[in-house]
Amino acid sequence: MVRFENVGLRYQMGAEILRDISFEIAPRTFQFLTGPSGAGKTTLLRLILLSLAPTRGLITLFGHDAALLDKTAITEVRRKVGVVFQDFRLLDHLTTYQNVALPLRVQERDEASYRAEVTELLSWVGLGERMHVYPPVLSGGEKQRAAIARALIMRPELLLADEPTGNVDPSLARRLMRLFSELHKSGTSVVIATHDLALMDQFDGARRLVLGDGRLHIYE
Amino acid sequence: MALFSPTSPNTTDSETGEDVWRHTPLVPAESVAGRALASVIAIMTFLAALTAGFAFVLADASHEWRGSVGQEMTIQVTPRAGRDIEADAAKAAQIAGGFSGVTEARAFTRAQSEELLSPWLGAGLDLSQLPTPRMIVVRRDRQAPLDEIGLRAELDAALPNAMLDNHGAWMQRLDTMAQVVVSAAIGIFLLVLTAMALAIGFATRGAMAGNRDIIEALHFVGAADGFIARQFQFHFLRLGLRGGVAGGLAAILLFWTLGFLSRQWTTSASGEQAEALFGSFSLGWSGVAVIAGISLAVALLTGLMSRAIVYRSLGSLR
Repeated sequence: MVRFENVGLRYQMGAEILRDISFEIAPRTFQFLTGPSGAGKTTLLRLILLSLAPTRGLITLFGHDAALLDKTAITEVRRKVGVVFQDFRLLDHLTTYQNVALPLRVQERDEASYRAEVTELLSWVGLGERMHVYPPVLSGGEKQRAAIARALIMRPELLLADEPTGNVDPSLARRLMRLFSELHKSGTSVVIATHDLALMDQFDGARRLVLGDGRLHIYE
Repeated sequence: MALFSPTSPNTTDSETGEDVWRHTPLVPAESVAGRALASVIAIMTFLAALTAGFAFVLADASHEWRGSVGQEMTIQVTPRAGRDIEADAAKAAQIAGGFSGVTEARAFTRAQSEELLSPWLGAGLDLSQLPTPRMIVVRRDRQAPLDEIGLRAELDAALPNAMLDNHGAWMQRLDTMAQVVVSAAIGIFLLVLTAMALAIGFATRGAMAGNRDIIEALHFVGAADGFIARQFQFHFLRLGLRGGVAGGLAAILLFWTLGFLSRQWTTSASGEQAEALFGSFSLGWSGVAVIAGISLAVALLTGLMSRAIVYRSLGSLR
């Protein structure tokens, strides 16, 4: 599904911030991406999302060499990947419902065809009563759940979540993690970037990709 | 999705009664930058429409000058020893009046000639004491052609002291002046148009900068570049139309008001001067069509510019 071979990244003429990164994310797998703050977790997620180009190495996504993909192909690949951004990136002038439905709307699907699906998902993440309010009046945790719902609505083959439980209380964090676990069981590969050790300990079986000093260490 | 339990959605907001499922535009309809852009477009369209309108008014007025001068000719009868100037003037008027293509040939009476010369020679003068020429005004028929060479030949044969003036030199001067004035108006219009395109370009860029987070969010949820560009193009086209129509309508209203006022003032001396110079300030349908065209072109320019800027932003996003 995702394959990195000797990938390196530097900004302009600076030192490499990621060095010789090699790993593979197989279908239906669950992994944590961890490491200290500033280790490059978000940068690695951006490489997977193709919003950054590596300065060296080979990235293969869904069987395609990322360096050879044109804009249309990148869009197609991106539609298979759900992303939960650390800063949510919700659009303030759209309601929670409209934000969550956004990935379907940009594919120009008829609104009536996905309304039930979006409302179901919003209810499941506990935002059933808040679906017609705008992000500025949502709490941090509610925004987090809206961002997660938006990433899930397309039933992605791969879910990337950047600190998805950073703004929620422990009980909601456990609930969200159960949601990710359910998604994994239903066939989605999940990558969760976090530095919350307690959270990772709840999922002993999960693979851990640990970033440090620009290098990646994998603990199966 | 089997993970989630179904719910039955309401269709309206309990507080506002609005349809909550209605699609909100992906680019916010109202923003400070958007309002500022619409204002810039309105002002620039107004200025461009004003210069284009004045070019039209001047072109029409110069056409009227040339038309009115071209419709008249003058026969000048100079006094000569041994000839009766009154009889010669009457004869010249008779010859001209008998020609096909002439609607009227009227000799200025002595009293009218005195009135014409009074600004220079003073009132109450006796022309019989001065060797002053007499004028015959010949008005041409717009429909029928006039044999000007024949008229000149007949006048020469009958009256050696009569001279036909078709105002050719004066017409040429008027033509040159009109061309200079209209060319200057068109030049100013083109300058305003260039300034407008630049101002709208900068204002659109400024308004787009505030929407970068929207472009990024749409990009990362899998929107195609064409879809994103279309959202912004329609949004900015609407803004452009709003500003363009407001500016165009304001210019048309101004010309209408000036035309109305000039008609009220025609009885005064200054009103007559203004009308002689600028005509009736009437734009005509062609002028209105050009202003409408400018408004539409401004809206299209704004839409296309936003499209180009979105594509550039998306190019930098990868």
